Amino acid sequence: MSLARTHSIALVGVEGHPVEIEADIENGLVGLLLVGLPDTALREARDRIRSAIVNSNQRWPNRRITVGMSPASLPKRGSSFDIGIAVAILSADGVIPPARIRDLMFLGELGLDGRLRPVRGVLPAVAAAAAAGFCAVAVPSANAPEACLVPGMRVVAAPSLGSLVGWLRGRGRPGPQRGRARPREGAGSPASPPQARGMEEGEAAGVLVFEGGTVPEVPGGNGPGSGSGSSGRDLADLVGQPAARRAAEICAAGGHHLLLLGPPGAGKTMLAERLPTVLPRLEPGAALEVSAIHSIAGTLPSGSPLLTEPPFCAPHHTATRAAIVGGGSGALRPGAASLAHQGCLFLDEAPEFSRDVLDALRQPLESGEVVLARSGLTARFPARFTLVMAANPCPCASAAPTRAACTCPPLVRRRYLARLSGPLLDRVDVKAEFLPVGRAELLSDRKFTEPSSVVAERVAAARQRMASRLRGTGWRLNAEIPGRELRRRYSPAPGALAPLERAMDLGEISARGVDRVIRLSWTIADLGGVARPTAAEVSYALGLWLGLAP
Amino acid sequence: MVRLSAKDALGKRGERLAAEYLQEAGFRILARNWRCAEGEIDIVAADRRVLVACEVKTRSGTRYGTPLEAVTRKKRSRLRRLAVRWVVANGVLFDEVRVDVVEVLKDQRKGFTIEHVRGVG
Repeated sequence: MSLARTHSIALVGVEGHPVEIEADIENGLVGLLLVGLPDTALREARDRIRSAIVNSNQRWPNRRITVGMSPASLPKRGSSFDIGIAVAILSADGVIPPARIRDLMFLGELGLDGRLRPVRGVLPAVAAAAAAGFCAVAVPSANAPEACLVPGMRVVAAPSLGSLVGWLRGRGRPGPQRGRARPREGAGSPASPPQARGMEEGEAAGVLVFEGGTVPEVPGGNGPGSGSGSSGRDLADLVGQPAARRAAEICAAGGHHLLLLGPPGAGKTMLAERLPTVLPRLEPGAALEVSAIHSIAGTLPSGSPLLTEPPFCAPHHTATRAAIVGGGSGALRPGAASLAHQGCLFLDEAPEFSRDVLDALRQPLESGEVVLARSGLTARFPARFTLVMAANPCPCASAAPTRAACTCPPLVRRRYLARLSGPLLDRVDVKAEFLPVGRAELLSDRKFTEPSSVVAERVAAARQRMASRLRGTGWRLNAEIPGRELRRRYSPAPGALAPLERAMDLGEISARGVDRVIRLSWTIADLGGVARPTAAEVSYALGLWLGLAP
Repeated sequence: MVRLSAKDALGKRGERLAAEYLQEAGFRILARNWRCAEGEIDIVAADRRVLVACEVKTRSGTRYGTPLEAVTRKKRSRLRRLAVRWVVANGVLFDEVRVDVVEVLKDQRKGFTIEHVRGVG
């Protein structure tokens, strides 16, 4: 009888693929048939959509309705196709003119009462829509701030199916209701004259149109790092561990991975939690990327969806492999490693993590992304994070100031740390040992602690130096430079490698370790304002790599 | 005559309205309420060279779903078998056998709306 077409986006990992939804109304047994590899949540859309349409005071076409979604081979999951399907059915029934929906992308879930419910992953989906050449997208009102982050997109935010249909039929044009930057509080009552609630305006009530790319301002501190910012944490809290503070600063500047080793109570966790306070804020591109991952995980704050602070993710040591690298049946979810993208992944009590979880991190540590292969699809999640691991030197973990108090036999001590496999430790650039702190040290170090804001400024300056040196290469941080380029273009000053050569002769360091130490020495040089690492920087870096407290 | 319950009376009335409607639409009514061991066809009609086994569904409201929805896959295939039985019993030959559904729905103003769906299977 009649056919109509709408568009939506299917997400695989953080990549979105355009999906064409076709609705065909024909004679036959009354019912709705969904084809095109829907999963259970999508199959249930049949009942949701019917109730939503009827409860939006629209006529449910009492015919055989076939809804096809193509490409048919791409598995489609979740409820974000609801609106697209409902609009396609209504358009096939002649309620909505096809010309109005030709260039519009639909995302969102329907409630039984016809309300539009927010879905996860709107940001990457809208970005994919923009990449596919669409310039307008219709989303539930609650998702509007997120959708508005994508530049060049017109965002139609509707509270309910009824109002969206009213708007699509061309009534109640949103002339005076046109929003500018972001939806106001109580988007359902825009600045339109309340008495003009005739049939025509009333049908499209609550629909707001935004121009995307107007990144909402995020309240809070600006400039490099948020300093002691919202968390109330500050690096100055960590008294008595100047070497560890220095190690954290170097890691923050160059994006190096960090192992904190020491007795309980020395401040390992405290230091790790304060690492984000010295990290620079995310650049706009990185902020969008990070927000997209968190959008899929559903962890975005609803008010201001753009994450500008580097994320900090601290999974418990009982976490499974899927929780760390991502996975799950059905829709693949990003794991902690991806949620910490451009930020910091903290594994407290690292030896307590199961061996396969730790070793699953080796691949993202090397490549900066997690590739999850499942039958029918391969999903990629970016996972370029600074790994911070904390460990006690032995299972008895005596808090006493001297090592003599430990009751563990030497074999047990060795086995405990051997749980962190060699290949993993080889990828950790800085091993900082916390020495038990005495009273005198606590008191004397108090004079030398610096607040996070001061350290963050040094880190930002070092990153600036890095950026100007790496301009045009695609890498941002010293830790990201591949070994080959490192030897060809970024070799330290002549003669600076002498300590490294000695360590190699002694068999203390692997070939990959040499590269890592050179990267580290660049970061130390950047922090110190030295043009090229000299023997001093290289031996300092070697000390950090070997885990000797300098 | 036996007094019909309200439900059955509504059904009878619906079938009468449906038959009138089909006649106006150019169908030739061959039989009404034709029964055999397997069941009943509400209306047997001829649409030119096509035999139509027609099911009439009458409802006083959509509280329990629309009448059209009440015709399931099972009912459709039974009507198809019944139509073949009718052909065997009456010895009339047609090019094609079709199953139609006529929905008779009582609206608020005591009137009826009739909807005819051709070829449900």
